[in-house]
Formats: sequence, structure tokens, C-alpha cells
Amino acid sequence: MASNTNFEKYKSDGSLQGNLLEWFDARFPATSLWRGHLSEYYAPKNFNFWYFFGSLAMLVLVIQIVTGIFLVMHYKPDASLNANGIPVAFASVEYIMRDVPWGWLIRYMHSTGASAFFIVVYLHMFRGLLYGSYRQPRELIWIFGTLLFLCLMAEAFMGYLLPWGQMSFWGAQVIVNLFSAIPLIGEPLSVWIRGDFVVGDATLNRFFSFHVIAVPLVLLGLIAAHILALHEVGSNNPDGVEIKKKKDVHGNPLDGIPFHPYYSVKDIVGVVVFLMVFSIVVFFAPEGGGYFLEYNNFLPADPLKTPPHIAPVWYFTPYYSLLRAMVWPLFGIDAKFWGVVLMGGGVVILAFLPWLDRSPVKSIRYRGPIFKTLLTLFVIAFVLLGFLGTQPPSYAFFGVIPGAPVAQLLTLYYFLFFLTMPWWSKIDKYKPEPDRVTM
Amino acid sequence: MSNESRVDCGRRRLVVATAAVGGVGAITALVPFVSSMLPSERAKAAGAPVEVDIGSLEAGQMMTVEWRGKPVWIINRSPQMLETLPKLDESVADPKSAKRMQPDYCQNEVRSIKPEYMVVVGICTHLGCSPTAKFKRGVEEGMDASWLGGFLCPCHGSTFDFAGRVFKNKPAPDNLEVPRHMYLSDKRLLIGEDKKGA
Repeated sequence: MASNTNFEKYKSDGSLQGNLLEWFDARFPATSLWRGHLSEYYAPKNFNFWYFFGSLAMLVLVIQIVTGIFLVMHYKPDASLNANGIPVAFASVEYIMRDVPWGWLIRYMHSTGASAFFIVVYLHMFRGLLYGSYRQPRELIWIFGTLLFLCLMAEAFMGYLLPWGQMSFWGAQVIVNLFSAIPLIGEPLSVWIRGDFVVGDATLNRFFSFHVIAVPLVLLGLIAAHILALHEVGSNNPDGVEIKKKKDVHGNPLDGIPFHPYYSVKDIVGVVVFLMVFSIVVFFAPEGGGYFLEYNNFLPADPLKTPPHIAPVWYFTPYYSLLRAMVWPLFGIDAKFWGVVLMGGGVVILAFLPWLDRSPVKSIRYRGPIFKTLLTLFVIAFVLLGFLGTQPPSYAFFGVIPGAPVAQLLTLYYFLFFLTMPWWSKIDKYKPEPDRVTM
Repeated sequence: MSNESRVDCGRRRLVVATAAVGGVGAITALVPFVSSMLPSERAKAAGAPVEVDIGSLEAGQMMTVEWRGKPVWIINRSPQMLETLPKLDESVADPKSAKRMQPDYCQNEVRSIKPEYMVVVGICTHLGCSPTAKFKRGVEEGMDASWLGGFLCPCHGSTFDFAGRVFKNKPAPDNLEVPRHMYLSDKRLLIGEDKKGA
């Protein structure tokens, strides 16, 4: 064992930096981490546009953490009323917007960042659907990803309560009440979550605690697991073929290139484009037309009056539509419980994709017309469900086609897409995959 | 460690026993943390009953008071409003108020002590939004033509009649809750307490 100490493995070239690095390498896996995850992590050379969104998600995470740290310096999670009769939490957000130097920018970066996070993550997940990135041996990466998505939803939901506006309050009221739909334990469970019999100061304080420390910690842990699992099995690619099957004399994949500098530099291009779009929104349309920051949230929370139209922020609306779709009781249990089951099931079912998909090929490039048609319909259904979720239940398309039954049909399609996948993915036509990646 | 080394059963039993005791300790340590999230003594004490003067409430009007952080509506139902109730028996999910969403003394046709005064918690039994008053008939309120007046929950579209009874095939499972209440005098109402106590 003696000949294998780190002193031997990473020899200095005698220069000052070399000596310093050797000292570190003998005590910390600096060089081996750098090589294993960056300079000698071989990624397929045919990554395209869709492969920007993983690194962009990391960028948005950093933006959220940094802006969040500075917001916490001025924000007060306090539902009691100040001398002007305004809740302290609501007033402290106004204070950040008006009196704290550059506070408006930091706050708008954080609120826009939340929507950006979901845009980027939805595109990242769609990439997985396109190229079968969830297929064996990447099931665990996909499951960690599903958990990350759930965590991100929890993080966004609890953060949305903090400004203590009308939408904050009533959104939290609705979502916490979802838990009361669970038979037997539901009611005590929702009281435990709120810490009171109604959404109030106790709820605000615990959501603040979860939003700034508990959920971010879980999120970081899951990201580490997501990336470690990815680097263990290697990245998928737009052709869905395993680059590790063809290796050169050094044992490196023939179709692989080191992540750094090739993809680190490529990702910088994505970062620049992203930041341009992000800045435009932050500076010129931070409210996102009422979709990123809802107008009703500029009114302080009023526990006695629900706004005439409440809807969650846009990134929750597809799942909100699933929740609303269920209006019939089943097996003697209230409809609302089944609505909750659909909403939760809509997310959880994603985790089962690796086992639902029975196609012999991974990538859409080699899959047949059934997959292409059903996936297109799925995207349309998802977008329409999202749109209907922003509208009141009485909405009708062009004033004639009622939205509620449409949402119910789309909900049915959403689940049938997954549940019948084992069947249609098997009988679908497919083209033979190439041996090597194509450019 | 070689694969041939035999399992020391005595040692393994000790390891299992130690892990079990340690596990019980760890789970027990969760109790204070989980319990700390329950409503505090202060939150539990905050449910004092509320006294309301309903003398100025005209027929056909409603008022909202806060009780335990929730809106409680008091509606002075006009004869026209009361007339709609029997007509809707077929359309509502629980016309006879069989489910215990009200104290026994309010389990009647109009779900109230005095027929004209409806006292009800203005929180939808679906997911806790506060429904909006839609007292006028039909299209005047943006409802369909058969609407006789009542409440519409803005969140998920549940509708309720003037007795807080939920209509059939709506997301809300139950009628609106009638809180315990009693009349201190003809026009003074106490919400949150009745003759049997709080």
C-alpha cells in the first residue's frame, strides 16, 4: 500500500504551483476531482442545444442562492400588523423594493429567477424525454431528477408565501388544505403543517425556515447525487447510443471529449444568451405580464377575503389543472382527495418512466411515428393544461368550448400517455441505431 | 477481510441490539422537533368567542366577522332568499344536512336557529378559499340562467346556496360549516360558544 500514497500519484514538476498542488493532492482529492469530473470526464461530442439546460439550472440555482442571501438581510417573516395596519412581512418586501439600495434589482432577480428556474428545468426534463436519457443505466439519475423537481416545487411554493400578499396567503391556504383531503390523518396533518388552525404567523415563519435552509440543503444534496450518478454512468446524447462501447487505446470513449474545456466553453455561450434574456425580463418586464409576479400579490394578505380569481404561478398550473379535473367522489372518498392524488401522481409518475418505456431505441431520432405523435400531443396537452390552470374554472375557449371538460380530457391523456406507454412504445416502429454518434 | 471468515453470531447479535437501541433513541429525539411544529399554547388559546351586534343588518345583506382567524358570515336572508332553498333540494349534495357540518340545533331546512339569520364559516370545504357572494339571479352575476343566488368559490368553482349547502358535482365535498353560536339577546349574537359551552 505504501507505494500508492498520494505523494507518489501526483508528482510535482518542481515549480512553486506544482509543489503547492502536490501538497494539496497528498491531503485532498483536488486533482483527482478536477480530472474525474471536468478535464477527464468524457462527454459525447454530439451534444446540441438541448444540453445547455442542465448547466443553466445550476446557474439559476447560484443566482437564487446569492440573491436570497441578500434578501434575507432585509426581509422580516412577520404576519403581525405594523403601525400602518400593513403586515410586517409585506411591508418589508415593499421596503426592499423602495428603500434598500438596489433592493429592487435583487428582489426582481430572485422573483424572475424562480420562473427562469422552472423554464430551464422543464426544458431540461423535455430533453430527457426526447433522447431517452432516463433509460437504463440512467434510471437513478432520472429518479434523483424527479425528486429535485419535487423539491424545487416545494421551494418555490414556500417562497411564494413570504411576500405575504393575497396570492401568497390564499395559494398557501389551498395547497396546505390539500393535505387535509387525506382520509383520517389529513386534518391533524394540515394543522401540523400550518402550526395553527389557519394560515398565519406560525406558517409564515416555518415556511421561511424551510425556504432558506431546509429545502435548499436537500436540493444541494440531491444535485450532488444527480451529478455523481451522471458522472458514474456517463452522459446520454442525442443519438441515445452508449459512447463507452467504443473506446480508444487509452480506454477513453472514441466519441467523447473532455467536459473541460469543450463543454465548459460551450456552456458559457448558453450562459451569455440566457443572461441576456434574463436581464431583459428583470429590467423591462419583471412582473412577466402578471405570470411571474401576480397582480393580486401586490395587495397585503387578507384572511377574510379571497381574491375573485386565484391561480397559482404559471409553473404550477399544469398540475393545478390535474387537481381541478377531479370532481367526482370515488370509493366513498371525497373528490378532493382524488384531485390531490392526480396532482401528486402527475409528478410521481415521471419517476416510473424508465420502466414504462419499452422501446428498443432511446432517442427520438430512431423512434417511430407513434412516439413522435403521442409526445407532440403530450406537449400540447401539458401547455393547454398549464393555460387552463391560469384561468377560472368557468373559462371557455372562444367563449363557446367550456374549459373544464377539456381540462378533464387532457388530464386523461396526460395519464394515458404514461400508463399505456409499455404497450405503444413496444409496438412502435423504429430505425436501427448507429454504432457511433452522428453529428 | 476474507470471504471465508465466519460470522460471529454473538457479535452480530450485539451489533443488531446496539443499532436497535440507538435507532429507538434517534426516533425518540425526533419527538420534540416534530411536536414543536404543532399549534403553540398561544395559538390554541386564541380561539375566544366573538360577540356581534346584528341590529343594523338589513334583509338581504351579509356581514363578515373574524373568528379564529376565519371569516364568519352573518346573512340576513330575505323571504325571497329563503324561498329558493326548498327548490334546490334536488340540486344540492346534502339537502337534509345529514353530515355533521352544523350543531344539532341548526340541522334543519334552513340550517340556522332563526330562519332569517344564517351564521356560517365562509371557508369553502374544498381547499379553504373564501367563496364570493353571488346574491343576484342568473346572468346578472355572470352565472348560468338557472342560478337562484348563493355563493361561488373563486378557486375551484364550487357553488353554495343561501343555506351554505354545496351543489352536486362540485369539488367541495361538504356543506359550509355552521359554527356553534347563540343569541345573547334578540340582536346580539355570540359566535364560537353555545349553551353547552365553547
